[in-house]
Amino acid sequence: MEDSVNESDAESTICYGDYVVLKRGDVFKSVQVENKKKVIFEKQWMFMDNAVGQFFGTKFEVQAGGSLKLKAVKTAGDSLVDDGRSQKLTRDDIETLKEQGLKGQEIVQQLIDNSTTFKDKTEFAQEKYIKKKKKKYENDVTILKPSARLLAMMYHGREPAKICHLRYDSLAQMLTLGNVHAGSKIIVFETCAGLVLGSVMERMGGFGSVVQMFPGGGPTRAGMESFGFPSHFHKTLHEFPLSKVNALLAGTLELTLRDPEEERKRRTEEEDTSRSVPNEGSVKEKNPEEEERMEASGDPLEEMKRVEREKQKEQRAQEKRQKMEEKRKRLLSAAALLQDLNADGLVIASRFHPCPVLMALLKFLAPSRPFVVHCQYREPLIECFTKLREQGGVINLRLTDSWLRHYQVLPNRTHPVLLMSGGGGYLLSGTTVDASAAKTSNQPQSEEPAPKKIKLDESSSPQGTN
Amino acid sequence: MSFVEYSEFIQEGDVVIIFLGRESMMPIKVQSGAQTQTRYGVIRHSSDLIGQKFGSKITCSKGGWVYVLHPTPELWTVNLPHRTQILYTTDIANITLMLDLKPGSVVCESGTGSGSLSHAILRTIAPTGHLHTVEFHAQRAEKAIQEFKEHKVSHLVTVRNQDVCKDGFGITHVADAVFLDIPSPWEAITHAKRALKHKGGRLCSFSPCIEQVQRTCEALLEHGFEEICTLEVLLRVHEVRTVTLPLPDFGPEDGSSDLGLEDASNSTNSSVNCKTATPPREIAGHTGYLSFATKPRN
Repeated sequence: MEDSVNESDAESTICYGDYVVLKRGDVFKSVQVENKKKVIFEKQWMFMDNAVGQFFGTKFEVQAGGSLKLKAVKTAGDSLVDDGRSQKLTRDDIETLKEQGLKGQEIVQQLIDNSTTFKDKTEFAQEKYIKKKKKKYENDVTILKPSARLLAMMYHGREPAKICHLRYDSLAQMLTLGNVHAGSKIIVFETCAGLVLGSVMERMGGFGSVVQMFPGGGPTRAGMESFGFPSHFHKTLHEFPLSKVNALLAGTLELTLRDPEEERKRRTEEEDTSRSVPNEGSVKEKNPEEEERMEASGDPLEEMKRVEREKQKEQRAQEKRQKMEEKRKRLLSAAALLQDLNADGLVIASRFHPCPVLMALLKFLAPSRPFVVHCQYREPLIECFTKLREQGGVINLRLTDSWLRHYQVLPNRTHPVLLMSGGGGYLLSGTTVDASAAKTSNQPQSEEPAPKKIKLDESSSPQGTN
Repeated sequence: MSFVEYSEFIQEGDVVIIFLGRESMMPIKVQSGAQTQTRYGVIRHSSDLIGQKFGSKITCSKGGWVYVLHPTPELWTVNLPHRTQILYTTDIANITLMLDLKPGSVVCESGTGSGSLSHAILRTIAPTGHLHTVEFHAQRAEKAIQEFKEHKVSHLVTVRNQDVCKDGFGITHVADAVFLDIPSPWEAITHAKRALKHKGGRLCSFSPCIEQVQRTCEALLEHGFEEICTLEVLLRVHEVRTVTLPLPDFGPEDGSSDLGLEDASNSTNSSVNCKTATPPREIAGHTGYLSFATKPRN
């Protein structure tokens, strides 16, 4: 047990290169800890260097000049007192205080000291005043280890449009309804900056495999990177382009794989030659100085430079080819995972119309596996629902959204938080069943039990009343 | 099968979910030679289930058919035998995310109750985590142990039959997260704090009444917990259906009253169909408040 404590402590100190989440109040920001890098958070510059070697969860104070200082535990600020002096601070005075490098706490104390009305306020109002002023002038920052919870709350608070307005409670539903867990093979299609992908990977814990389907040129993973997963997690992650899904399903991927590969090679070669020719030309045209130097090619230095340049070009081409080869290998490994059509789960959250995506990707799932689709809007999911009903091969279809309310809990002042989120998107979830069986046995049995069953399917009542 | 690992084929001893319709499912334990009665006829385990693929359609004796599903914690939640009030998937999902649960997490839970949340926790923390669950009621604890065995997850869980408010969780400084669903959670906060790791961890308390929340949050603050936050989540289910809206008749446009009488019979027939999603007449309006907190490093 001693060992396990030490081990967990080792991984809970902040190091250079770590991804961390900064927190002040309810505001979060994800950053990577780098040497002497300036970070802006809540209108303040800061350097992360002093956090290195400290534990995650530590509270720091931002000092003048942006350096972080360990925050002393339990400071006097917790018991701000009112001594009722009756002079008022002007805006300029506060600015001066700030310039003097006074701590936020001290400024708040000054404000209280100088507020003539403070002592006349009720106890509750005083507390509220202090809280408000603290929020404005205190510059504490807590550095936390990233998690799906923190990043989902961060994205929802800062850039909801980037994650298709997927609220954290809806993300929670998706991970649970999708039965995402270690050892399974999960297909993810998302345009949520990589947040959904990262959350799925966190729940897999580096066991099993994740295939990220991506639109366009390549997958987006910034949100996933912010989780700071250990390197072995990345080995479980595969990617496959949506544009090759039809080919894979038709069994023609092998062919189309080779063609573009060769084509690409040809193209890169062409590009190389075509680039080198006009490059030299343009250099000659636009840079007479260079031209002169080139002409005086007797200069051995120039000659060396040119050889060097060509070498670099060759090297770059080599690297490019290697990258292509790497990409091809990854494509093949992802294809190998998909083509068995036995994936364990499907998670979709994108800005694309969910219907075609769902119809195509469902084919990769084994029977008796859950799928879940998020959409910011309800109507596209109604369409998905209807289409799936017609097509068969899925049961337990459910269109839902969740409603989230936060509470302020304080002695004699407990009530719902005044402002709540209007909506966190809609979810369509269900379970796959053997589609081939559905087709063959539909005809003989359609007379009696089938309609009955459909009726049962359609009558859905809230889970909570079960 | 196991609740923490998918398998392709049904085997002797498995728990399978027989799907007759959304509101009509039943869990059964597969035993060779056994039979199960459904409203569509008999299912014979040896011939109808063993060796079949999960997700396949099984034809029953009366010619009706059902689907056999692989068990998941979510299906189990709507099918388990109730020994207590249980937590449902909506709350469970939020508890799991907000407690930062993942493979390897060590979790404390009390009470075990009917094991609805326990199964979901086990699914999430497998294969390297562990659940320490405490149930005051001896019979319920016994039943839970038996279920975990049948569901092939007993290696991931320790059930203790004791009073969490008096005796705690039976472990010290090893847990990443604590979950409380007991009548007086404020009495268990000291024990929760002791169960959590030195480096800190997360706590959640589920209470149906606001007075319980009030006392719990006060206790949490007293014990140095931070980021105390209370929330409530409700699920809205939308029924997809086509509705028909009749169009009203305003009479003929030229305003001639004579012709209007004849036309009226024609226009009453006109209506518009539209696809919509409507909420059911009644939905669950409250399950419980979820209070979360972080224990800082000590």
